[in-house]
Amino acid sequence: MTSTTLPAPAAVPATASAARAFAAKRRRTLLVGLVVFAGMAALPYLVRDVYLQNVLILTVMYAALSQSWNILGGYCGQISLGHALYFGLGAYFTSVLFVTYGVVPWGGMLAGGLASAGVALLLGWPCFRLAGHYFSIATIVIAEIGLLLVHNWDFVGGAMGIQWPFNPDSWWTLQFARDKVPYFHFALGLFVAVWFVTYLIEDSRWGYWWRAVKDDAQAAESLGVEVFRSKMAAAAVSAFFTAIGGGFYAAYVSYIDPESVMSFRFSLLFALPAVLGGIGTLWGALVGAAILIPLTEISRSYLGGTGSGLDLILYGLLVMLVALARPEGVLSLFKRTRTARNQEAAP
Amino acid sequence: MTEIILEAERVTLRFGGLVANADVSLAVRRGEILGLIGPNGAGKSTLFNLISGTYRPTSGRILLEGQDITGLPAPERCRRGIARTFQVPRSFDSMNVVENVIVGGFVRHPRAAEARAAALATLDVVGLAHRADAVAGELTPPEKRRLEVARALATEPRLLLLDEVLTGLTPSEAKAGVELIRRVAERGVTVIMVEHVMEVVMPLVDRAVVLHLGRVLAEGRPADVVRDEAVIAAYLGERRRAA
Ligand SMILES: Nc1ncnc2c1ncn2[C@@H]1O[C@H](COP(=O)(O)OP(=O)(O)OP(=O)(O)O)[C@@H](O)[C@H]1O
Ligand SMILES: [Mg+2]
Repeated sequence: MTSTTLPAPAAVPATASAARAFAAKRRRTLLVGLVVFAGMAALPYLVRDVYLQNVLILTVMYAALSQSWNILGGYCGQISLGHALYFGLGAYFTSVLFVTYGVVPWGGMLAGGLASAGVALLLGWPCFRLAGHYFSIATIVIAEIGLLLVHNWDFVGGAMGIQWPFNPDSWWTLQFARDKVPYFHFALGLFVAVWFVTYLIEDSRWGYWWRAVKDDAQAAESLGVEVFRSKMAAAAVSAFFTAIGGGFYAAYVSYIDPESVMSFRFSLLFALPAVLGGIGTLWGALVGAAILIPLTEISRSYLGGTGSGLDLILYGLLVMLVALARPEGVLSLFKRTRTARNQEAAP
Repeated sequence: MTEIILEAERVTLRFGGLVANADVSLAVRRGEILGLIGPNGAGKSTLFNLISGTYRPTSGRILLEGQDITGLPAPERCRRGIARTFQVPRSFDSMNVVENVIVGGFVRHPRAAEARAAALATLDVVGLAHRADAVAGELTPPEKRRLEVARALATEPRLLLLDEVLTGLTPSEAKAGVELIRRVAERGVTVIMVEHVMEVVMPLVDRAVVLHLGRVLAEGRPADVVRDEAVIAAYLGERRRAA
């Protein structure tokens, strides 16, 4: 196990060896990812209880959605509280295309993803000129307007929503009535895809640009960073994956109506895991979702339904607690100890 | 004929009623180290903001190598070869030191591996290589200054604007800073530097421009400028207030 030992502190890192060390660190991250994902893929075979399997599916789905949100909110620092709009767009594109036109969900998700990216660019044009809180407020308002529009649009089922027809189990139509395990693997696949895209972006120009924009946009501009284009790109990628998650959710629950896919609650549930686990990190969304989503589901069974809003209060408290104790999220618990170790090792 | 790399033509910037830069005209020669001095609030940092594109002038023009860049946004000016540091360091604090510099490196190297290699080499030049993996927010103030310089250098500028990068350093640190600026200038980079510590700037610069209350008060060889009556009066006014 040479890979886990720290480099000798006495050695002054020359340029070439520093570059090599970084490449090794990247490979290690990928390896950890592979191991974690392989382990996760086996989970539903160990947990046979249907209720718990549902919790697992939702946890991984929210991890994927929160990681999608993280691309814009965590890496680029644009705190959207309206991602329910893209989730809803994905769910509606997939449902309408499938139920009305017979297009398989895979096509609907792709179409919904592209449409959402387009909508994100259209909305970004005015919204990314707003600073900080004004941006967040604008995203809430726009998502609520979207909800109202869908509510009153009969072609997409209006307030009644859309019921998916019953079909035999198939990966082609993403319908599995008897065994839920395939849903878990689809959600995991989506998470892995978003994780991997984030991993690639982290060491690309966009990745560095986004973080520079988040930390100090004016300083970034003086270093050649195209701030507006950075935000637009992050929004498009983020919306694309969020919509695919929406399409998956529609297939999973087989019935959607405006409130069940576009309410503000979803916007919160996409932001919170990343904030809880560690904003702007590769693993924060998964860690946060693994804590928050089981808690949500348990509180739902005990407190009854989603209408009470008690669960939202619970998340709010949880996030406040973390914000007070660990502003960088739960993951920073591990990071802290590591930097402390490095400092001890330093001469 | 001396080649002019940067020209400011009657540049004025108003903040409401306050005139931060008034009719500033300035020509910077390629390859020189120009000292921009003046009492607090003279408008030195404002002029840097105008040259680098952070602010737009109320009136007047700015020319880089004869081309009007007054309307160009900051990133475009950076690509054309203008880099600047901020008087109050503005590091990207969620990133580590080398990542901060990589941001600048992307201006000339679109691929991340090349930008990283360039950033590491730049850190070596400014003597910050041993801190490459430190979180930028945890640097000491002098280290943050070095990081500012490294980020700007990583964009491989032709014109470098340094805003008080030597201020608040110990004598030995300041000496190292002076040597660094000399080396940068020797590589053909034109430097405009704002500095308050006369003993440090004057031996270093080829020419000095004095700003006072937003206007150019004097200009010339360092030795002449410090003897200028108007300059002494401007500084004395300030020294007295500060004392
Ligand atoms: N963004 C701004 N808004 C309003 N006033 C400003 C702004 N920036 C600078 N000023 C004012 O413009 C004047 C010139 O400021 P500037 O920062 O350019 O001075 P300076 O010469 O760099 O001073 P110092 O040596 O203290 O750094 C000051 O009176 C300052 O208060
Ligand atoms: Mg200043």
